[in-house]
Amino acid sequence: MATVELKNLRKTYLTEEIIKGISLSIEEREFVVFVGPSGCGKSTLLRMIAGLEDITSGDLLIDGHRMNDVEPGKRGLAMVFQSYALYPHMNVYKNMEFGLKLSGMPEAERRAKIEHVARTLQLEPYLNHKPGQLSGGQRQRVAIGRAIVRNPKVFLFDEPLSNLDAALRGQMRVELSALHRKLGATTIYVTHDQVEAMTMADKIVVLQKGVVEQIGSPLELYHHPRNLFVARFIGSPPMNFFSAIFQGGDAAGSSVQLRDGSSLYVPVTSPGLLPGTKVTVGIRPEHVELASSGPNSGVVEVIERLGAITLVHVRMPDGEIIVVQTDGAALTDVDTRVSLTLPPHNCHLFAPDGLAFEACHRHPLAA
Amino acid sequence: MQAVLEHSPPAGATARTTKRTGFLLLSPSVLILLVWSIVPLVMTLWYSLQNYNLVDPTLHGFAGLDNYWYLLTDPDFLHSLLNTLVLVAGVLIISVGGGTLLAVLYDQEFFGRGIARIMVISPFFIMPTVSALLWKNLMLHPIYGVYSAMMRAVGLTPIDWLARFPLMTVMMIVAWEWLPFAVLILLTAVQSLDGEQREAARMDGAGPIARFRYIILPHLGRAISVVVMIETIYLLTIFAEISVTTAGGPGVASTNLAYLIYSRALLQFDVGGASAGGVVAIVIANIVAIFLVRAVARNLEA
Ligand SMILES: Nc1ncnc2c1ncn2[C@@H]1O[C@H](COP(=O)(O)OP(=O)(O)OP(=O)(O)O)[C@@H](O)[C@H]1O
Ligand SMILES: [Mg+2]
Repeated sequence: MATVELKNLRKTYLTEEIIKGISLSIEEREFVVFVGPSGCGKSTLLRMIAGLEDITSGDLLIDGHRMNDVEPGKRGLAMVFQSYALYPHMNVYKNMEFGLKLSGMPEAERRAKIEHVARTLQLEPYLNHKPGQLSGGQRQRVAIGRAIVRNPKVFLFDEPLSNLDAALRGQMRVELSALHRKLGATTIYVTHDQVEAMTMADKIVVLQKGVVEQIGSPLELYHHPRNLFVARFIGSPPMNFFSAIFQGGDAAGSSVQLRDGSSLYVPVTSPGLLPGTKVTVGIRPEHVELASSGPNSGVVEVIERLGAITLVHVRMPDGEIIVVQTDGAALTDVDTRVSLTLPPHNCHLFAPDGLAFEACHRHPLAA
Repeated sequence: MQAVLEHSPPAGATARTTKRTGFLLLSPSVLILLVWSIVPLVMTLWYSLQNYNLVDPTLHGFAGLDNYWYLLTDPDFLHSLLNTLVLVAGVLIISVGGGTLLAVLYDQEFFGRGIARIMVISPFFIMPTVSALLWKNLMLHPIYGVYSAMMRAVGLTPIDWLARFPLMTVMMIVAWEWLPFAVLILLTAVQSLDGEQREAARMDGAGPIARFRYIILPHLGRAISVVVMIETIYLLTIFAEISVTTAGGPGVASTNLAYLIYSRALLQFDVGGASAGGVVAIVIANIVAIFLVRAVARNLEA
């Protein structure tokens, strides 16, 4: 169990700065997930913490000790790689034993530990198998087992489930969460899977181009995204946006006028904003309501029926597509004209620089 | 379903005709290869049973196993057999051992790596006669050689390597020629090692030596066995280096089987005896090959 603290961490490859000053503190037992688009530096940041990449500047503290120049094997971390990186010529037992052996643990103790972990992960029947004889899910378990036996202070995962099929991924996700509850170890987990991030994390760190866009609990990011990027990135299907003109605001809300002339009174504060400024209204597909007539009308272009829910893609007069998530039994048809109702308390408002306006009321689940 | 069932017999027949055509088309090349290898073998076998000496035409006719008998009881033969084995083993140890270390070294990032790699590989492109001459005259010559000049420059008396340690010197020259081959094969093998595996080992606390011992060396297993097999096949028949540097001497100190056969046939004109030596060499090469292929095949399967 350990705390991890990053202080203005930077990484430069040749001339290009990849990690541009990241500060973050991770509490004991916390499950932190790094998300972000491909190439934003998630893996690089994780590898800097692991010690596999040099830190160009800034400090990395684990349990309060500066770790910048400590060997990866001596930082008290264990990492699970995307490709699992099992040693192909060693059987499962030896794979798990390798690190323990190098640390000089006596044989009997090693055996007891490995057998205990193998039992936890249901790997007992496979201890004598080579990695090549295992299925993807089993290899994944061995990789996790290899990390667990070392009893690390912090677990690092780099997209550990991305090589598995959907069903197995779901199962492993639940297993990993349960394992984390049981071991209570501090965990840093890189993924670009929404569901993994939302369901597993205590805290999500959204990265873009080497900078932190927002840090918060999953529901905090969902209900109170700090800017347009986070709003677009968290949630699936992604949030819809309308351009609008700011008209004026008070302590209880701000009023904006949409393209079609209808106006909306959103409960967010807008201190110092001049009337007439162009703003962006955001609303998630699951919050838009369909009506047969009214303002904001458009033509249904595509309908995706997923069984439990239906996704309706509506083409607006200005050419934008708005996605609406409705009931699985919705009777809407393609090419019909529908109008959209935007419940104000579910709307977000973004200034021209992309930052969100402060909501007047925090969502109870995202306090 | 019905359609498939109806069509399957003709499909099978087509496959069979295709196969037959394939055999027909292949047969000329197979035939040529057969003639190519069988005819010399049969001729060698035939000569090895004859009394056949180019300078003594009076002695001819069927000799039975006499040629083999003379050969196997000749102390020179045993000596050259031993020399062959020493040469093969010595060169293998130097080139595979050195090749592994160099491969790991050249896998690291360092300034000028590209040029260094080309340089380490270049001896392989020099033909054996030339490299033997280079070593004999340019490097090791007791009077003009670079090595001798270096020794004299620090006040030491240079050793006449080829006269004092003929077999070892030949071994060194051949190892110098084969080291690049080992480096080349093993370097590509080292580079194919998954980067995440090395990193996992680093996370497990393995230092450079433990990583080499437990991760890189096992990974190189197959490549090493391929190098050993290919080198052995060539090393059993080292000839040019011996012929150029020591001519098998002094005495038979640096004579291997291939050179012994040559000296019997073309220096002593004893075609019958040389052929018997050739047959023995073929038998030995095949015994070695069987063991090697077995060992390598097992390694490749794993
Ligand atoms: N060794 C390297 N040399 C130069 N640039 C690198 C190196 N490794 C990574 N980069 C660059 O750093 C950036 C971040 O890479 P990183 O692997 O951290 O992305 P990521 O967020 O993990 O993406 P993904 O989700 O695709 O795995 C990329 O633009 C990449 O090109
Ligand atoms: Mg990555």
